[in-house]
Amino acid sequence: MSKQKKKLNLNFGPQHPAAHGVLRLILELDGEVVEKADPHIGLLHRGTEKLIENKTYTQAIPYFDRLDYVAPMNQEHAFALAIEKILKIDVPIRAQYIRVIFCEIGRILSHILNVTTQALDVGALTPSLWGFEERETLMTFYERVSGSRLHANYFRAGGVHQDLPRGLAEDIGEFCQNFPKIINDLENLLTDNRIFKQRNVDIGIVSKEDALDYSFSGVMLRGSGIPWDLRKSQPYECYEQFDFKIPIGKNGDCYDRYLCRIEEMKESVKIINQCLVSIPKGPVKSLDGKLSPPPKKELKESMEALIHHFKLFTEGFRVDKDELYVAVEAPKGEFGVYLLSDGTSKPYKCKIRAPGFSHLQAMDYLIKGHMLADVPAVLGSMDVVFGEIDR
Amino acid sequence: MNSLIDLEKIVNSELSTKIKSSKIKHNQIYLNITNEDLIDVILFLKTNKNTKFKQLIDITAVDYLETEKRFKMVYLMLSHEFNNRVQVDFLINESDFVSTVIPLFPAANWMEREVFDMYGIKFKDHPDLRRILTDYGFEGHPLRKDFPLTGHSEVRYSETEKKVIYEDVKLEQNYRNFDFESPWKGTQYIKDKIKE
Repeated sequence: MSKQKKKLNLNFGPQHPAAHGVLRLILELDGEVVEKADPHIGLLHRGTEKLIENKTYTQAIPYFDRLDYVAPMNQEHAFALAIEKILKIDVPIRAQYIRVIFCEIGRILSHILNVTTQALDVGALTPSLWGFEERETLMTFYERVSGSRLHANYFRAGGVHQDLPRGLAEDIGEFCQNFPKIINDLENLLTDNRIFKQRNVDIGIVSKEDALDYSFSGVMLRGSGIPWDLRKSQPYECYEQFDFKIPIGKNGDCYDRYLCRIEEMKESVKIINQCLVSIPKGPVKSLDGKLSPPPKKELKESMEALIHHFKLFTEGFRVDKDELYVAVEAPKGEFGVYLLSDGTSKPYKCKIRAPGFSHLQAMDYLIKGHMLADVPAVLGSMDVVFGEIDR
Repeated sequence: MNSLIDLEKIVNSELSTKIKSSKIKHNQIYLNITNEDLIDVILFLKTNKNTKFKQLIDITAVDYLETEKRFKMVYLMLSHEFNNRVQVDFLINESDFVSTVIPLFPAANWMEREVFDMYGIKFKDHPDLRRILTDYGFEGHPLRKDFPLTGHSEVRYSETEKKVIYEDVKLEQNYRNFDFESPWKGTQYIKDKIKE
């Protein structure tokens, strides 16, 4: 009697804790081996780009928090930079430093979440409990500076919304003192852990050529040994003033990507420390009254300020006709904004380039021939967040 | 590193007939071409030893509703080796087909699907041109300028039918678009004062 072989179609998600959000993955299995993966995305699609076309530039910023909601300010940064490039605004130095501090905090936030949930997916519970405690501290910094833990809406074209409150810089400094120890603790749990290595080493290998062809960026690219980080190669803001290294992987597997993230967190701490040492005093947003709203105090005394305030919060500032693409190194990779302005106070078109979109696309290529149990490991190491993929 | 000016010269001399216009702005090159030359230009940019734009960053489209050639296709590419960015664009009619670039860049698959989903632009020889971001069974192309912001249908859970049902959008209040256009512009004397 001959056994008949039958392929099994498995529907993974959209309600599955290891799917990291609302991913529906249709897997074609031969026994336990995955033969084909077809990701269905868009379950979190909110029409961000359409909404932005109907809002003024300032009103569009909060939508960027809701893309990669794990590191909100990094997204705002790309949009703010795009407007500043078109309008040729000089951002005050203090504002640049504050932005860098919070972008690096965002990077740590994102990497903690990714490293610990990846460990959770392959069976280690403790790291996530330890890591989330630190994330909570970092989100308190977000709250103190912007009033909200997650959806900060803090960056503006020409600077940031308001200055650091008293004592925040010291507290961030204290965090940076303690955090390297926490990273070491996490590393003690994971880096040489036999189970963690068995689940991640040689899983989901990406070659250099394929990483380029599939438009990978960020850790997915560096894990495969391509030294490319926009903070170094196309420096924006004041990143050229800081001394930091770009960790690079060798084998391009899930384990190397994990190691890259751990090292990047350490580098981020270094950058924040350097910022805190040399942060100058001064204004935190552009002094141009046609761009930044006046201080509340002036509203009571100055006619000009009142007019500016009124116009900025009704019509908004206008942006000259132009088109450009601006990218920043977000924690997950190259996050870009293609902005097309038409001279009015609303963008004519704003395409958001999310790194996770390209990464998830390669799911079929990465998982082919692996076992079903490797799906969460690969998915975890890709660092997908559906806010940015579905937009 | 190749300077952008050199690069523009190389592209213009090698592809002289295919480049309609080129310019350098915001530290990147903008190339304007025609729909027919897309594959040749992208292939050249990817493989030529002086350009090496090995990565396709994104594909998108812009809807100019009123004009005769309705859509502008935009291709963004990045060269790691020379640290340059290029934007390739061309105009097409609503009914035109665009050749797929999947054989050159596998990453184009989802990007083209997204353009199809959002704008309804069709790609020739695309192996799997399904909708990607919108709902199963969705109709229309949301990023077209004539698509209403509020959409056409909304969903809710119906207690009587015990399932999620689709209905036409009913708004309590119409979406209001205020016109704030005014001759208000930046005053020069304030700009001068800040510069001092």
